[in-house]
Amino acid sequence: MSKLIKDNVITDNSWELLEATDSPETTTVPAGSVIVPLVVWNAQKEQLESRKASLGVWLNSDELAEELAGDAQGFGLVAVNFPGFMDGRGFSAARLLRERYGYEGELRAIGHIIRDQLFFLKRCGFNSFELGEGVDLDAAMASLNDFSETYQAAVDQKLPLFRRRA
Amino acid sequence: MYQYDEYDQKIVRERVAQFRGQTERYLAGELKDEEFLPLRLQNGLYIQRLAPMLRVNVPYGMLNTTQLRKLAHIARHYDKGYCHVSTRQNIQFNWPELAEVPDILAELADVEMHATQSSGSCIRNVTSDQFAGISSDEIVDPRPYCEIIRQWSTFHPEFAFLPRKFKIAVTGAASDRAAVQVHDIGLEVVKNDAGEVGFKVLVGGGLGRTPVIGSVINEFLPEKHILSYLEAIVRIYNQLGRRDNKYKARIKILVKAMGADKFADKVNAEFAHLKDGPTTLTPEEIQRASAAFPEPAYETLDDAAAQALLQQQSTETPAFGKWLTRNVRDHRVAGYAAVTLSLKPTGVAPGDITDRQLEAIADLADQFSFGEARTTHEQNIVLGDIRKDQLFAFWQAAKPLGFATPNIGTLTDLICCPGGDFCSLANAKSLPIAESIQRQFDDLDYLYDLGDIDLNISGCMNACGHHHVGHIGVLGVDKKGEEFYQVQLGGNAGTETSLGKVLGPAFGAEDMPAVIQTLIDVYVSKRVEGEQFIDTYNRIGLAPFKEQVYVKAD
Repeated sequence: MSKLIKDNVITDNSWELLEATDSPETTTVPAGSVIVPLVVWNAQKEQLESRKASLGVWLNSDELAEELAGDAQGFGLVAVNFPGFMDGRGFSAARLLRERYGYEGELRAIGHIIRDQLFFLKRCGFNSFELGEGVDLDAAMASLNDFSETYQAAVDQKLPLFRRRA
Repeated sequence: MYQYDEYDQKIVRERVAQFRGQTERYLAGELKDEEFLPLRLQNGLYIQRLAPMLRVNVPYGMLNTTQLRKLAHIARHYDKGYCHVSTRQNIQFNWPELAEVPDILAELADVEMHATQSSGSCIRNVTSDQFAGISSDEIVDPRPYCEIIRQWSTFHPEFAFLPRKFKIAVTGAASDRAAVQVHDIGLEVVKNDAGEVGFKVLVGGGLGRTPVIGSVINEFLPEKHILSYLEAIVRIYNQLGRRDNKYKARIKILVKAMGADKFADKVNAEFAHLKDGPTTLTPEEIQRASAAFPEPAYETLDDAAAQALLQQQSTETPAFGKWLTRNVRDHRVAGYAAVTLSLKPTGVAPGDITDRQLEAIADLADQFSFGEARTTHEQNIVLGDIRKDQLFAFWQAAKPLGFATPNIGTLTDLICCPGGDFCSLANAKSLPIAESIQRQFDDLDYLYDLGDIDLNISGCMNACGHHHVGHIGVLGVDKKGEEFYQVQLGGNAGTETSLGKVLGPAFGAEDMPAVIQTLIDVYVSKRVEGEQFIDTYNRIGLAPFKEQVYVKAD
């Protein structure tokens, strides 16, 4: 089982990711803890609704958070895919899911992210990070705390520095 | 000027530690090339033709003398004894060792400086008017807002991986010296009829391959909303800006594709969610930022007496009079003047400055100008607060140091990128073109007669030399491995911003001085009393210039 960082500890990844397909209506969603593509959720919402708490959904970087919006609430997990680590759309998606659409469960960054982004990802509301094969997760954990002070308001700190300055 | 408190200091220190760790991991082979690339770019570190280039931020152009002396030390100790003032008011070092960059950053942190986000696909250093706070046409001093924006944009967690670079400029004067119409976001600090401060907001301007003049999307945004509004704009861009083609990834392409009205609707819808949230500025924060730019201890001076003295000194020493005309500017405070130190003597790459010169400027600023200096996007340095009755003494001190070339605003005060001699993006060299033109126009009396002419030279279409907005713009192009130069006419920066039109087929490097000479000859023969080059061009158009240049070229 692969490992990931969740809530500041290294843990097993117990979720299975279902790849996107061209026929979301007929994609079979296996039993267990599965993360389904947004298109599959949208196509099979009625059948899947009852198992939502043990189901995850993932957004690709070209899918806006508003396409999931309030639907996010109640999922066991929401994941945001980074096809490449330079594709920063997921940072906005995460903030919107947390700050606008009220999602409070596990928010996972998947795809290609690098250790040096962890601090920003965490600030935007992610609490779970898949860093890929061969990454030293113990060493990477340090990057979650690259900075101890920040200027802006974000998910982890609701007040900008100018409202907190002594 | 703004001074760091413990929070700013802590953040910049932690950044040095973070980058030191990244550099060590890279040098140890633990961080891949392609992963280190954006990390080093976000710290202003390019790998150029000959060596890395480190771009250090000079937020909105303001420097104190401690910082100037530190830059001199870095130039001497870590580089080859000089550095370069860029067209976005920053300082560039051309020869640092990668392994030493963390040490350079630590030295910069000692004097409240950094290189954060001076490059890369993120929000860059905020630029402004080099005469902020001292110009008589100023409505509101833009610097407190620049500093507020600097802090908001520094390590903004959501906007570190934008589709492309993102540049914000702010002006607070009637006459725009910050080129706000050709920035991703341009802000004009204004006052409404009730005397309240707010911002006119422009988006989607830019130079580069596709030059565009920005569109106004808000005529008056109350000051307290500025950060939430910026957050709305950048969030829309981050989500919807193109990422499939880096040449179409700037916000200007998105604004054009969507239409400025529709883009404004999107921003306003996003802003409606953020408005009045915690990012709304407090009166205390605006007050804190404003108090960071206190008025220097000006004396009450007799302006008329000072003017009479200058008149007399100019008559006695005509060379001083020339310098006074070109390099000295009015000040909002009676008896004071702002002086532009020319970094454009012929034979030196425009904007280059040595360690000794940096220290000399620091000494001059301490002696004559309250210990502060400003970099300009025209690649010069301004000392903003010099007593008029000390100008003659100042001139005598500045002349032997090589700063008193009386060419500000003239043809030889040209803007020029480093070009193919240094930059790995360039298609052609730009510095030798600049020098050959400066040599062609080496007669100062003739230059003065020609008046104000902006000549801007870029070595490629990325347009770091702002060629689109030069009255005369020169663009280096590559044709089958050979370097040629395309000429554009009629561009203009400032309040009447316009983009130049291409004159015709490009020229070889050796033809350029003669081509520029022909353009100038056409101007001189066609101008009517009091007309500057750009006025004549606007009246007679491209055709007469084109006719003469290509007749001669044939």
